[in-house]
Amino acid sequence: MSELAAPPAERAVHHPALQHHFVDLQQQKEAASLGMWVFIAQEMLFFGGLFAAYAIYRHAYPEAFALGSHHLNRVIGTANTLVLIGSSLTMAMAVYSAAIGWRRGTVGFMLATVLLGGVFLGVKYFEYSEKIAPCLGDQVHTGCLLPGANFDPATVHAEGASAGQVQIFFSLYFGMTGLHALHMIVGIPIILTIAAMAWRGRFTPEYHTPVELVGLYWHFVDIIWIFLFPLLYLVTGH
Amino acid sequence: MNPGFTFTPERAATSAGEVDAVFYFILVVTGLFALGVWVALIYFAVRYRRRSEHDRPREIEGSLLLELAWTLIPLGLMMTMFVWGAKVYFHLNRPPDDAMTVTVVAKRWMWKLQHPTGQREINELHVPLGRAVRLVMTSEDAIHSFFVPAFRIKKDVVPGRYNVAWFRATKLGTYHLFCAEYCGTEHARMGGRIVVMEPGAYQAWLAAGPQPESPIAAGEKLFAELNCVTCHRPDSAVRGPVLTGVFGHPVRLASGETVIADDAYLRESIVNPAAKIVAGYQPVMPTFQGQVSEEQLIALVAYLRSLVAPAQAVPATVTSAGRAAARGGEAGR
Amino acid sequence: MSTEVATPVESLPPLPPAHPAESYLSRGWDLRSWLLTKDHKRIGILYLVSITLFFAIGSFYAAVVRWNLLVPNGQISADAYNKSFTAHGVVMVFLFLIPSIPATLGNFLIPLMIGARDLAFPRINLLSWYLFIVGGGLTLYALFTGGLDTGWTFYTPYSTVFAQSNVEVAAIGIFIAGFSSILTGLNFIVTIHKMRAPGMTWFRLPLFVWAHYATAIIQVLGTPVVAITILLVALERIFHFGFFDPNRGGDPILFQHLFWFYSHPAVYIMILPSMGVISELVCAFSRKRIFGYSFIAMSSLAIAAIGFLVWAHHMFVTGMAVYSAMVFSLLTYLVAVPSAIKTFNWTATLYKGSVQWDTPMIYVFCFIGLFLIGGLTGLFLGNLGTDVHLTDTYFVVAHFHYIMVGGAIMGYLGGLHFWWPKITGRKYVESWGKVSSLLIFVGFNLTFFPQFLLGYLGMPRRYHVYPDEFQVLNVLSSAGATILGFGYLFPFSYLFHSFFRGEPAGPNPWGAIGLEWTTPSPPPTQNFEEIPVVTTEPYDYPNMGEE
Repeated sequence: MSELAAPPAERAVHHPALQHHFVDLQQQKEAASLGMWVFIAQEMLFFGGLFAAYAIYRHAYPEAFALGSHHLNRVIGTANTLVLIGSSLTMAMAVYSAAIGWRRGTVGFMLATVLLGGVFLGVKYFEYSEKIAPCLGDQVHTGCLLPGANFDPATVHAEGASAGQVQIFFSLYFGMTGLHALHMIVGIPIILTIAAMAWRGRFTPEYHTPVELVGLYWHFVDIIWIFLFPLLYLVTGH
Repeated sequence: MNPGFTFTPERAATSAGEVDAVFYFILVVTGLFALGVWVALIYFAVRYRRRSEHDRPREIEGSLLLELAWTLIPLGLMMTMFVWGAKVYFHLNRPPDDAMTVTVVAKRWMWKLQHPTGQREINELHVPLGRAVRLVMTSEDAIHSFFVPAFRIKKDVVPGRYNVAWFRATKLGTYHLFCAEYCGTEHARMGGRIVVMEPGAYQAWLAAGPQPESPIAAGEKLFAELNCVTCHRPDSAVRGPVLTGVFGHPVRLASGETVIADDAYLRESIVNPAAKIVAGYQPVMPTFQGQVSEEQLIALVAYLRSLVAPAQAVPATVTSAGRAAARGGEAGR
Repeated sequence: MSTEVATPVESLPPLPPAHPAESYLSRGWDLRSWLLTKDHKRIGILYLVSITLFFAIGSFYAAVVRWNLLVPNGQISADAYNKSFTAHGVVMVFLFLIPSIPATLGNFLIPLMIGARDLAFPRINLLSWYLFIVGGGLTLYALFTGGLDTGWTFYTPYSTVFAQSNVEVAAIGIFIAGFSSILTGLNFIVTIHKMRAPGMTWFRLPLFVWAHYATAIIQVLGTPVVAITILLVALERIFHFGFFDPNRGGDPILFQHLFWFYSHPAVYIMILPSMGVISELVCAFSRKRIFGYSFIAMSSLAIAAIGFLVWAHHMFVTGMAVYSAMVFSLLTYLVAVPSAIKTFNWTATLYKGSVQWDTPMIYVFCFIGLFLIGGLTGLFLGNLGTDVHLTDTYFVVAHFHYIMVGGAIMGYLGGLHFWWPKITGRKYVESWGKVSSLLIFVGFNLTFFPQFLLGYLGMPRRYHVYPDEFQVLNVLSSAGATILGFGYLFPFSYLFHSFFRGEPAGPNPWGAIGLEWTTPSPPPTQNFEEIPVVTTEPYDYPNMGEE
């Protein structure tokens, strides 16, 4: 079957991907799509608790938040943001490729997405280890920015009351970016699995729902980062 | 104190009567509604009990009139309950101007109380009849709650902040004090007694015990020891705001906001000065977090409360600042 | 109701002819066919067995609590008591009440009621059960080894700094179980939106389905918030992050806001499905259309929506701003209105009906009578003036037990008895049903009514010892609990017995109206030979005889 031609009158014949409890493929697609949107709504509330905590503490401790944010590397943060946006672009291209029946494009763009996602995570690993490495071991913990017993507020020039408060900033930093990274770590194997399905020719322009759904998920993960980046990296003293 | 088995608790403060009035109003209204529905339910269930398989029930889909009626009438009654309850709550949260301040520090699993004149008690509070008592409370560890059923008052006692409650006892006697927020193993044993005495007896009791340093005197000493006067000179406002008469008055902040300088504001200014910088001043005050205990903070705040401009000087327990503070009330969040 | 047999929709995959005797139960009995099932009906049974087990465990802890409270000085150590009431709350709320009706009756009935073959996502349905078992198992592990003594509410800073118990493990267990609830809700929302049979418009849906739709919205939007909150508690304990620790600039009250933002809507997760059951039962056993169908349907949605706006009524004495408290109190009164509307509508449905006093209907009477008390006592607690005195006392304990047990569990038992013949194909012995319901009703009231008095008199909750003057009421309460415990044993026994020895039920032993009653009892795996086409209003009892 030509990859680019749509198979005719699929509805009358039992489509291999149609699950038996659905009446037709259209119903199945709509259900899957709604399901993913509901899941995303739930994820928004999941992150929402952290965003609420962030809003409350930033309002209470503006100076500490400015100090903490200033210490984060804006160049790396910006670059990473562009990498992630790029991965959303490749993901969108993958969905488009599936919609027009271009198997190689579908797989290729999904692999590109995974690659860019991997770069993002690699950079995050570097950022994290820079802050956490000083906390380990028995020697002096200068530069330790993991909240806890070894936290060193002097690293960000926080003193007095801000010293305690800037720990909350970093708790939120690790909590929010960590949760975000976890979502990417879960997403990547899922994308790979769907890419494998694409490679085996499971998708057609008529049916490529898994690609669409994982695309939705990945865009959501990207959007969360779009909010996290300014909130964590771009806080100034005002 | 053990009245044996009763249905209604004693009423020993002005707040008790107010709360009970709302309670009984709600009880009567809800009781009537419950009775109405139960009677209807039982009547319909019996009267329309199925007699045979060929019963033909009446086809009734609904009635907009009924729906509106039983939506709007309960709504109206509930709004009455709400307004009445809100008024009582307002009152419960506004200590009167002539209240004497007792400070309370809770810790697992005991209550530490201090009278305005400095006497300390553990798990017991002696108060004079008819005098308003304002409780300024904080915790050293977990969240507790100060509950006196006979007064119908309750307020959580939270670490890191001050919460205020008040009462005016109207009956002599001894009443239960309970901790009403689960705080660990001995939560149930963290109780105590409120002892209401004749004013004369109360004065005698105060005089009888060891004469401790009043919190104001203790605060004054601390103020000097911690060198607060270096910046907060009473005569000049060069480095830090003048603190005489600050209590209970509005303060303009650098952020543009205006806040009332109440107990919580003063406490915060000592442990987290950067949070609210007074307009026109530099943020140079160091934090004293970790250097002063909760009890020392209480003493410092008591001292600051007592600083009034000479022209306005009145007896220590009823100051103009105190009256303004009463208007300012507790710190809300 | 006349369900016209539709010409098969052309895109429907051809199905093998169903063996007349083959039902979802008889089709395969090995472990694999149960543990790897995708059939919503079997998953409903899996849940039924699991929650019954959790209920038994939760009841055990309740027994320990009530036994200890027989004497003012207690019978067990403070620590053991604190762990017992915590375990009772955690197991009953998270492992019993939250899943109960949705995961058992909801899972089983929703596809049948809307004319579908299964839920939208059968594999996610199974996953949700596994998450429930893993999360529940982990939670029980925490409770049994070392215990948990924070109360089911986990208030900080006690839970994050001072508690010396298995907080982290329990928190993670509850976190996992929470995702089970989210996935069930997600499945229901998509199913109800997308898989209704032709002709089944929104306003022809059974009210049971409306109730579960509203519940599902709360499950999906509320549970993630408690999930992240409980995760923060675990992180704070493990890594000392400081969100809720005032010594590090944190705010312990923030925890309460985040916790109650879910946990208040959670109580609507626990009651709405039960209300859906009552709507079904009241029609079937009065042989009448429900009075005010659209009012009841819309009330379910209103409860879900407004229910998200009242959480701080649990916090009136924390020192919050008076004006904030007023807003929450006002909204609390508003959320009471839809529940009142429903109660009046159910009662009005009986008017001029043909009321059959079968066991499910007895449970309806119990529900209405007791939910009334539970709901009305909520007005005392939502009132700012009286709540100051009553909060954190036994008045609150009595209030929520009247709703959770007097309301939710009565509804659950009523529904279980009503649909038992459909689920198992067997009838239970009716007289046993009536006797048990009476025992449960009496035992329940004796247990919890004295607690209203105790609370008003000032006895705080979570006390393992108490002043002497409270003993009489405590003894009455414990006596009631004993009767109640006995009462629960009865349905467990005779229902279980009927599963093997009960009289065969036939497709519609009650003569009720609903798509589920058009299938055999028990239904075949694919539910319907052909997807029905719906042409009539719900509860079309007046036209039932004219066929």
